Amino acid sequence: MSGSATGAPVIQITPELVADHGLSPDEYEQILEILGREPTFPELGVFSAMWSEHCGYKNSRPHLETLPTEGPLVVQGPGENAGVIDAGDGWGVAFKIESHNHPSAVEPYQGAATGSGGILRDVFTMGARPIAILDSLHFGSLDSPRSRYLLDGVVRGVGDYGNCVGVPTVGGEAIFDPSYERNPIINVMCVGILRLDDLMRGKAEGVGNAVMAVGARTGRDGIHGATFASVELDEGSDSRPQVQVGDPFTEKLLLEASLELIGRDLLVGIQDMGAAGLTSSGTEMAARSGSGIDIDVALVPVREPGMTPYEILLSESQERMLLVAKPGCESSVAEVLSKWDLEAAVVGRVTDDGFFRVRDGGEVVVEIPVQPLVNECPTYTREGVEDPEVRRLRELDIAKYSAPISDQEAADALLTLLDSPSLASCRWIYEQYDTTVGTNTVVGPGSDAAVLRLADSGRGIAASLDCNGRYVYLEPRRGAKIAMAEAARNVACSGARPVAITNCLNFGNPLKPGTYYHFAEAVAGLGEGCRALSTPVTGGNVSFYNETPDGAVYPTPVIGMIGLLEHLDRVVPSCFRTPGSAVVLVGETGDELGASEYLAACHGVVGGAPPQIDLEEARRLVDFLVEAAERRLVLSAHDCAEGGLAVALAECSLGGPDGPLAVEAELRTDVPAAAALYGESQSRVVLSCDPEKVEEIVALAAERGLPVAVIGSVGSPDGRFRLAAAGVQIDLELDRIHDVYRSALPGRMEKQAGLTT
Amino acid sequence: MKIGIVRFPGSNCDQDCHRAVDEGVGAEAVYLWHKSHDLEGCRAILLPGGFSYGDHLRAGAIARFSPIMREVIAFAIDGGPVLGICNGFQVLCEAGLLPGALVRNDSLRFRSHPVRVRVEQTDTPFTSEYEEGDVLRMPIAHGEGQYVADQSVIDALESERRVIFRYVDELGQHTEEANPNGSVRNIAGICDEGRQVVGLMPHPERVVSKLLGTDGLGVFHSLIRSLQATETVKAPAADAPDVAEASAP
Repeated sequence: MSGSATGAPVIQITPELVADHGLSPDEYEQILEILGREPTFPELGVFSAMWSEHCGYKNSRPHLETLPTEGPLVVQGPGENAGVIDAGDGWGVAFKIESHNHPSAVEPYQGAATGSGGILRDVFTMGARPIAILDSLHFGSLDSPRSRYLLDGVVRGVGDYGNCVGVPTVGGEAIFDPSYERNPIINVMCVGILRLDDLMRGKAEGVGNAVMAVGARTGRDGIHGATFASVELDEGSDSRPQVQVGDPFTEKLLLEASLELIGRDLLVGIQDMGAAGLTSSGTEMAARSGSGIDIDVALVPVREPGMTPYEILLSESQERMLLVAKPGCESSVAEVLSKWDLEAAVVGRVTDDGFFRVRDGGEVVVEIPVQPLVNECPTYTREGVEDPEVRRLRELDIAKYSAPISDQEAADALLTLLDSPSLASCRWIYEQYDTTVGTNTVVGPGSDAAVLRLADSGRGIAASLDCNGRYVYLEPRRGAKIAMAEAARNVACSGARPVAITNCLNFGNPLKPGTYYHFAEAVAGLGEGCRALSTPVTGGNVSFYNETPDGAVYPTPVIGMIGLLEHLDRVVPSCFRTPGSAVVLVGETGDELGASEYLAACHGVVGGAPPQIDLEEARRLVDFLVEAAERRLVLSAHDCAEGGLAVALAECSLGGPDGPLAVEAELRTDVPAAAALYGESQSRVVLSCDPEKVEEIVALAAERGLPVAVIGSVGSPDGRFRLAAAGVQIDLELDRIHDVYRSALPGRMEKQAGLTT
Repeated sequence: MKIGIVRFPGSNCDQDCHRAVDEGVGAEAVYLWHKSHDLEGCRAILLPGGFSYGDHLRAGAIARFSPIMREVIAFAIDGGPVLGICNGFQVLCEAGLLPGALVRNDSLRFRSHPVRVRVEQTDTPFTSEYEEGDVLRMPIAHGEGQYVADQSVIDALESERRVIFRYVDELGQHTEEANPNGSVRNIAGICDEGRQVVGLMPHPERVVSKLLGTDGLGVFHSLIRSLQATETVKAPAADAPDVAEASAP
């Protein structure tokens, strides 16, 4: 192969150029070995993209391989565009999560929008119609103008994209902590439904079948986005050219066209041209099928003349798909796309020689064996060492914070916590999202889990996104287990049985031993959680290098949990609904203030060990919740999490659809008041029920070996919020705590006049 | 009795409308493609919500020029019932079938939440099954839902009783707080002079089931009932075949 036949200047492959492509000398040696010669410039670009952290998982793969990925309901595990589970009666649920942290840090609106676009495509390329989006957002403190600017842009970006495509955004979380100040974490999960007969995969089979590029034209945007995602953000660099621009209108057309193509059985395979664009889609489709692929970049519709093969191969222009048509179906495919006003071009053919071969007109510019390119990305197992500072914080003496507090201090603490943006109402965010389009949203934002209708099956799908990065930072294995247990509990509170997860592992620079330790330990914790809860991993995403010169973000492995609800009419809401109902606390309240929001928000302390988690108990609690819902024993169920019992009760009281309801409760305990009210002991749930059902609930909890206590009752809409524990009494006007709770976010965001970048 | 639901590129409430007609009130719903010139004998036309043509230029500004709209406009001028929901309302204003315009919400943000609207008039094909003053709960989801018009237009709308829906609070009062987007006089929906063309911003098609709420069902029931009524007027012998069938065992 000659790189100079076109007369274009030959770019010499120098060690500097190799280094600029993020490849080490050893990795370059491996490339020489695979090719048996020096790579061409486009080949170097292809290796750089495919062997980037983002595509090649070089620092994470050995750990990811330890996660359980199989289970009776798993139809498609990791390795495809999205995971798929069997939801019964021929229905499947496709779901996946993705990060768009770096693009959002640089350009929040487009960064978040294109994140939504990518994850939607991952789901509809499986043949599934997306019915919901959830977002997990982590920002710095809202006292900082930069964080307010980022939140504003990200919410608009997620909203505008989903709203326009017509997929509701139904849930998620928003966490604010200084560790995310310069590097926000923006994870978006999409859930879709499909008939399992229509399940489609990203395959390139059948020698001679046409490979087609469809959708938007290829431009010079986002070149090397995958590599950009695999380095730290640094101070002076302007990375905006590496952020792509989204067009949800084209996405909507692509969505409808793709589902029509799949429904009419015209395709062998289809894949999003996402990170690393044509390169990753082409090579991954061939790798899955053990085939080869032969494409001519001169046939790819481009946005501007003069684009080089290198640029066309690595462009990350949005809203593009690569598909392989069934034999004889090329014109039907083109017809469907033209109906939706989309462009389609045959750009190549499937081969059986196992090569990714790229021509530019007549001349071959890339010729790489697919298997080593896709499957033999070098992986590294490094030595992780816990940062001494992390240990110091975990072992901090926090006993003094358990000292007795006055009624006034207890009440002030509740108001402070309800005003903490991480705990306050997210209404300001989700009112900018269309949450009901598609008429599948049975339970929308503001609840433990979103619940969606599974077509007309009478069953439901529950979904939640969870991660407390502070826990994971202080004790990664335990923190990850807690994230798993909380996600499962959230889903189970709605009455659904948790069945599978997708995860998005957001960490700092893995080459740093402290970060690597966090990563390895957290993945180990996730694995334990998955096994204990019988919720295998069906796919996910790793995002490293979430780090700026100020340091890394808290390690943030976000769990996207999916549950199935047998009878949709037995769905359980989170908040109190009925005055006069009894309030029941399930689970044990310990003296555990470590790593709590109380210490952070009320005392400015990040430290202590996160609360204990017993996964076996967590599982029994899930079983209890599912059975209680199935037997219609409860009127509401809400996870007791950040902010402890006091905040959980306040949320139950404030979050109902028809306004707040008073509550009168007392927890009898030997635990010191601060911990009883604000400690974050795990595996606890606040229920409300008809007083006549109390006996049955207590019996069911006892049967499952779970501590249970009737702690009070729900009052009228115009009463007070009263909670006593360990000799301390909180007694506040409902209106007052409601005002604090709902104005925390808008109050801060309205200050943002004169937004600056 | 077919009800046509227009699909523009970017429509995204078309399937919800279909379901409301089909499962909600048991009538026949068909999709009408924007490139077509054929209304396929539909007795009423729904313009669904969404982002037709990506809201490029202005919401509804391009959709009004699509081939199907020429037929819809002729159908409306001829007195055929047409309902525009959300983006459909915007299209009807752009097409000149309804007066005024929908501009960006006064908050300058997209707003999505349940609202209450009061039924102001029941002499349209889409509200006849409600009682005047009924307060309905249904979601809004729009960035450009602030209804504006010249004072003379507003005066005419009011004096001709053409304000069909108004945003109200739980007591049925059209307060400033109950107005989600700054619409003049809390206007959520209006009709044309002939009272056959109705546009509204909230989404009745999203609340037509026990699971999600039923306050929007009346819109579709009203339509079916009024179509049945005109059918009886136009074809008094419509029952005859049934009688013949029944008497011929």
